[in-house]
Amino acid sequence: MGDINPILLLASLMVASTPILFAALGELIVERAGVLNLGVEGMMITGAVVGFAAGVGFGSATMGFIAAALAGAALSLIFGVLTQYLLSNQVATGLALTLFGLGLASLIGQSYVGIRAPATVRLDIPLLSDLPVLGRILFRHDFLVYLGLGMVAAVWYFLNRTRAGLILKAVGENHEAAHALGYKVVRIRLAAIAFGGAMAGLGGAYLSIIRVPQWTEGLTAGAGWIALAIVVFASWRPIRLLVGAYLFGGITVLQLNLQAAGARVPVEILSMSPYLVTIIVLVILSAGRGGAALGAPGSLGRSFHASR
Amino acid sequence: MMRLERRPQPSEAWSWATPILAVVLTMIVGGILFVFLGKDPILAIRTIFWDPLFGSFASYTRPQLLVKAGPLILIAIGLSLGFRAGIWNIGAEGQYIMGAVTGAAVGLAFYPSEARWLVFPLMIVAGAIGGAFWAWIPGILKVRFGTNEILVSLMLVYVAENILAYAALGPLKNPEGMGFPGSRNLARWDTTANPELIAGTGMHWGVAFAFIAVIAAYVLLSRHTLGFAIRVTGASPRAAAFSGVDPKRLVILAMLISGALAGLAGIFEVTGPAGQISIDFGVGYGFTAIIVAFLGRLHPIGILLAGLLLALTYIGGEMAQLQLGLPAAAIQLFQGMLLFFLLALDVLTNFRPRFGADAAA
Repeated sequence: MGDINPILLLASLMVASTPILFAALGELIVERAGVLNLGVEGMMITGAVVGFAAGVGFGSATMGFIAAALAGAALSLIFGVLTQYLLSNQVATGLALTLFGLGLASLIGQSYVGIRAPATVRLDIPLLSDLPVLGRILFRHDFLVYLGLGMVAAVWYFLNRTRAGLILKAVGENHEAAHALGYKVVRIRLAAIAFGGAMAGLGGAYLSIIRVPQWTEGLTAGAGWIALAIVVFASWRPIRLLVGAYLFGGITVLQLNLQAAGARVPVEILSMSPYLVTIIVLVILSAGRGGAALGAPGSLGRSFHASR
Repeated sequence: MMRLERRPQPSEAWSWATPILAVVLTMIVGGILFVFLGKDPILAIRTIFWDPLFGSFASYTRPQLLVKAGPLILIAIGLSLGFRAGIWNIGAEGQYIMGAVTGAAVGLAFYPSEARWLVFPLMIVAGAIGGAFWAWIPGILKVRFGTNEILVSLMLVYVAENILAYAALGPLKNPEGMGFPGSRNLARWDTTANPELIAGTGMHWGVAFAFIAVIAAYVLLSRHTLGFAIRVTGASPRAAAFSGVDPKRLVILAMLISGALAGLAGIFEVTGPAGQISIDFGVGYGFTAIIVAFLGRLHPIGILLAGLLLALTYIGGEMAQLQLGLPAAAIQLFQGMLLFFLLALDVLTNFRPRFGADAAA
């Protein structure tokens, strides 16, 4: 097992974490607005296939990412209309979104199996990428890895330093109070839901265009659900979310490397490890801070109906 | 401008009408989808919903209805008990797989015994325990540590899929299988087979258990204190606390029951229609059962009907695939759409739409 290169390992950790980071950041905003959208997996896989198809069709990865974000947002608005205007149960509607998205993706994806993804340009940051060790790990990635990191900062800034972020949090903590103050609860939530959908779509497209890179059935393999778990892990805070995504990415990369290096552990045990670790982390966190005190937004998952 | 006004009580009439309306809407929108796929919509709808029951191959496809509906109903009944009380076990697929693996492992341990009277019942019990154990994990974690049961039960599906692959390629692999993955065929070994009970109906032990589960759930909900606890918790958790319901006990019980039923569905599937433990044993019954539970309004009789309907879409979908070249994924999309329409229309059960100017406000 001496042939696992730690530098390459850390570099691929950043790539492996990126899809989950996008999806989880989107969901963080959605949940901060008081909405629980369990459809992340469905939006992610739809983004993956639409992004791939558009990328191949236009011959451009950038077009693929734009299309994926639009597809994710469009799908999320079905959830938005149902839960915000028709007041359907958020858990059930989110599940429906996942089931629907999985079907939609495999329908669209049929004719794209076995096709190569459009080429993407790696963004070697001049000078910095030539640094020994750190250059390899940090500064020789594609554009989206940096965009993901930038989004973490942007979401942090939005939530903690802007008025709009404060309003979003108010809507999520107590929608009746926010409504009484004159804020448009439903509209703000719809915007948050659409943002979450676009981010999930981007995360999915990152998987199909860069990480894998091709379309296969069931490509996301639970990444959307892990993104949901990471939001809980992060206690709904963007910086911790980054830690969570990297932790998960690290485990994924490590187990893949162990498989490749021929570790004397059954492959299945290695493949299930990311899911087991996610459960263990959830348990430790919930146990440490006593369930409800995790810092979940006060109105999370509750329907809002303005009677006055 | 349309406004929604909360009904003092959910409308009884609408709660029966919405599933039917949802099916009709799904057929219409599905038909439009089929046009886009270049298929004749009327023919496609007929192939899916009519031909399996009354078409020229009906004598072959009709028994399949019960074969497919059995596991769906069995799993959905279990899920509905939890869903009613706001306990979200969505990892039934994993519990289904674990039931099959545990049950099959017990059966294969006795190979080549001929004591069916001993081995088959033992396998059924082991299957139920395997499924119940897999559902107990998210339950106990929720009760002890407040961990979210939705996420844990779902993560465990992926763990179960890996255990299934490990079992099919390792410990449970058929030693006489010439190196192919997969266990011995349990359906062809008299000791463990779960055959058709009445020729030409598709009725096997799993279907019988599904019918029993429907009746048991009906009695439980209308006559038993546990059923009362479930209903009152669903209506108002605070009221439930005042009436002496122990929420922790309820979580564990709901998880155990739903897991055991999913495990039973698994063991009857592996000894009957599927025949063996193989990598592709899980076909998504555990997820489709979620749709069945909601479409059936979380009510035992409703679930029975919804299970038959969803089974029909599976069989009809296969026929449409063979005869019209309709992609298999289209049916999955169809099922997801059905749930969307149902949830959207549900607004009519709880609210009354009012049209015209907003005068009162």
